[in-house]
Amino acid sequence: MRLEIHNISKSFGPLKANDHISFTFEGGRIYAILGENGAGKSTLMKILSGYQSASSGQIIIDSNPAQINSPHHAIAHGIGMLYQDPLDFAPLTVLENYIEGKPFTFLMRRREAEADLLARCKILGFNLNPHAMVESLTVGERQQLEIVRLLSLGVRILILDEPTTGISAEQKSQLFQTLKNLAREQNMIVILVSHKLADVEELCDEVLVLRRGKLVGYRSLPCETDILVEMMFGKRISTTTPQPLYTDKPILKIHKLSVPARLFTIQNINLEVREGEVIGLAGLDGSGQVEFMRTVAGLGRPTWADQLTAIVALVGMWWVFGKILDESSAVLNLARIAILILVLGPMLKTLYLYIRQRANNDQNTQIMLNGKNIGWRGYRDLLERGIAYLAAGRLEEGLVAGLTLVDHSALAERSSLPHVNWLRAWRRTKQAITDFSIKGRPFSQIQTLSGGNQQRVSLSLLPTNLRLILLENPTRGLDVESAGHIWSLLLNRRKQGTAIIFSSPDLDEIIDYSDRILVFSSGQTTLVENPEQMTTARLGELIGGKS
Amino acid sequence: MDPVLTSTLADIVRNAAPLLIASQGELITERAGVVNLSLDGTILLAAMAAFAVTYNTGSLGMGIVVAMLIGMLVALIVISASVFLKLNQIAVGFVLTLLCADLSTFFGRKYSGQQGTEIPYAPIPILEDIPVIGEVFFQHNILIYFSLLLVIFVWLWTYHTRLGLSLRGLGEHPAAAYVRGTRVQAWRFVYVAAGGALVGLAGASYSLSVKLGWREGSTLGNGWIALAIVIFGGWRPFRIAFGAYFIVGLRALALYFQQEDVLNLPIQIINMTPWVLMLVTLIFVTSGLAESLLVIVPPRWRPAAQNLLRAKPPAALGSNFERS
Repeated sequence: MRLEIHNISKSFGPLKANDHISFTFEGGRIYAILGENGAGKSTLMKILSGYQSASSGQIIIDSNPAQINSPHHAIAHGIGMLYQDPLDFAPLTVLENYIEGKPFTFLMRRREAEADLLARCKILGFNLNPHAMVESLTVGERQQLEIVRLLSLGVRILILDEPTTGISAEQKSQLFQTLKNLAREQNMIVILVSHKLADVEELCDEVLVLRRGKLVGYRSLPCETDILVEMMFGKRISTTTPQPLYTDKPILKIHKLSVPARLFTIQNINLEVREGEVIGLAGLDGSGQVEFMRTVAGLGRPTWADQLTAIVALVGMWWVFGKILDESSAVLNLARIAILILVLGPMLKTLYLYIRQRANNDQNTQIMLNGKNIGWRGYRDLLERGIAYLAAGRLEEGLVAGLTLVDHSALAERSSLPHVNWLRAWRRTKQAITDFSIKGRPFSQIQTLSGGNQQRVSLSLLPTNLRLILLENPTRGLDVESAGHIWSLLLNRRKQGTAIIFSSPDLDEIIDYSDRILVFSSGQTTLVENPEQMTTARLGELIGGKS
Repeated sequence: MDPVLTSTLADIVRNAAPLLIASQGELITERAGVVNLSLDGTILLAAMAAFAVTYNTGSLGMGIVVAMLIGMLVALIVISASVFLKLNQIAVGFVLTLLCADLSTFFGRKYSGQQGTEIPYAPIPILEDIPVIGEVFFQHNILIYFSLLLVIFVWLWTYHTRLGLSLRGLGEHPAAAYVRGTRVQAWRFVYVAAGGALVGLAGASYSLSVKLGWREGSTLGNGWIALAIVIFGGWRPFRIAFGAYFIVGLRALALYFQQEDVLNLPIQIINMTPWVLMLVTLIFVTSGLAESLLVIVPPRWRPAAQNLLRAKPPAALGSNFERS
């Protein structure tokens, strides 16, 4: 097995995404392609996998020139790609996803395919239920499905784009083991695109570094991390451990809080957050970290406004049923019931949620901010009191695609006047661009910015006098440099006594920045007081439930 | 069984046929990820054209073919505008609705109220003699039988063939379909054209059978109903068929109440009932209220019940696919 690329170039207008890249990949080895965001890694991989065609250059597989015009061609040539967000069909079953893309037959041949799928899963040690809906799977399981699928299509060169984002530590080690076996035992070529140096060092044999579309470096591993970082960025970045800045003054007290999460209900969370403290939430994806933060931020739990609607619903029910007993016309009553369901149905649902919440919680549950119970307040209210929340989905939940930076600044303005003060919004945007070193212009649309710059904009939009910032995976999809910048911005905030609670799938990030760590595991939480004595391995064990 | 009830059921099967055909056509269009919103206008125009062609040539077959071609043409305008001109499918569809309706009025003026040919009554031998079922299902004309077979065919196609699997993928995640070797745009054209032809056929089945003849705006509103039925049916062939029969059944009921004057209510309220009920059902199914009630279903059957209640549109519905 041998894959050669010769002088691959790809331009988007004036931008050269790939500039005469040549390399030879050998079978049985695992390669990493490193580079900061926008270095051209994804473009190169998309060219190899046929999703895009190169402007010029040649691809040679086992000394036969290959013409790759589409992903289908690529697979025919034995090149398969696992995309960062696996390209699968959410509302279809695992089996249907597996069948789609196989050589054409008129009927589905489910039984045959199911046996085939199960046999292949068994060899690889994957545990997939063929009849489960793909939307109910974790990202890790969806990756496994794609790997099995690609292998069944005869793929000999497997490309993985950022495969470790969004999967658990356990799934990661299983994935890495699988990849190693594929390379060693079946002489396949495995190419990993990543910006996580730790993953690369753990898995790969060779490293290619891209910068501004060019192949700037090549090393065999093991190799000093510093050298890799220097090759990626052209300069050394010193990672400084932040100085603890917290005081003894508690600002947030959480007492006996229970939070229903996707997998479990997290019981009995107790936490005291001190001024200027950074608390990292560790745990498998979906163990309740996000639900916990959203609850504290006043999102996604019944608030007093919901209780009000529930009361209105009750009164409405009483009134309508009372009337029904009086009236004699059947159709009029039917109409009333229709209105009842239409208007009051959603409210009843709220009532149901409220009751469920009360039932789950002890009478003594409290969330106290500066000594005041905030348990039943909504997000908007809490934002005024100094609690802000940033979701991981920047463009989905945090920012509005299609609006410019100035628009965002105007939106974030909390003014009681009916008109928009565009001049002020513009000035504030200019100021934010300088203060947060955002690469973008006031009138650029937000989605045209890179992920790191979008995150800086999100941070710049937060009010300045916050008591507590809750962040869900603040550096998702960012390279080392952007992530470092985001953290320096965040840590600066602590000087005014702002506390930070964040979740991250990256255990190193949690250990590096946290003053204390709250570990979520199987519905229980454990507080780690001294993260500086913590290793990722030990933290991984805690997450996995070993104590 | 009560003969009145049996004949009412037969009427429902007959009157629902055009809605059934149109909504199955829209189903495959939307499953491919394209919204053809022009149904109401297309049905009007196709109904008019089918009648006019049959009236002038005396050939029913010709009328039906022309109606299907018109439906196909309108649908192809929608997808071409979306693919080549990057226009919004909903906007184009809406404009075409208005345009086609006006065209039908303009060209159909001289056919209004004329006596036309009807698709011949053709009971199926042997099957028609089955008590009740025979009268309800097998004493109609060929278009009605087609509507019944169509549902089964669409179901078999979407859920039991590989091409149907690709179809479902197409509307769900075109990029994923593309990396699996499906020619996204080509298949979208195919399915949209086929869906459009079915919508045209629905128009023809109005003017040549169910609502014999042509009158300005004679089928007005039925296209929107078909669109609503697709949503009500959760993009599934049999649920859509049920929706079509349900709506037509409610209308029959309303008519019956009105004639018998049993309830003594203004006619508008009776006419409104199907819509209110449909709205209630939609809210019930889409708000997640139905899902939260699933707790009462034994866990073993829960995924199946959940699947049955599912009412999510194809995720890529109305979007344009570009490989980037």
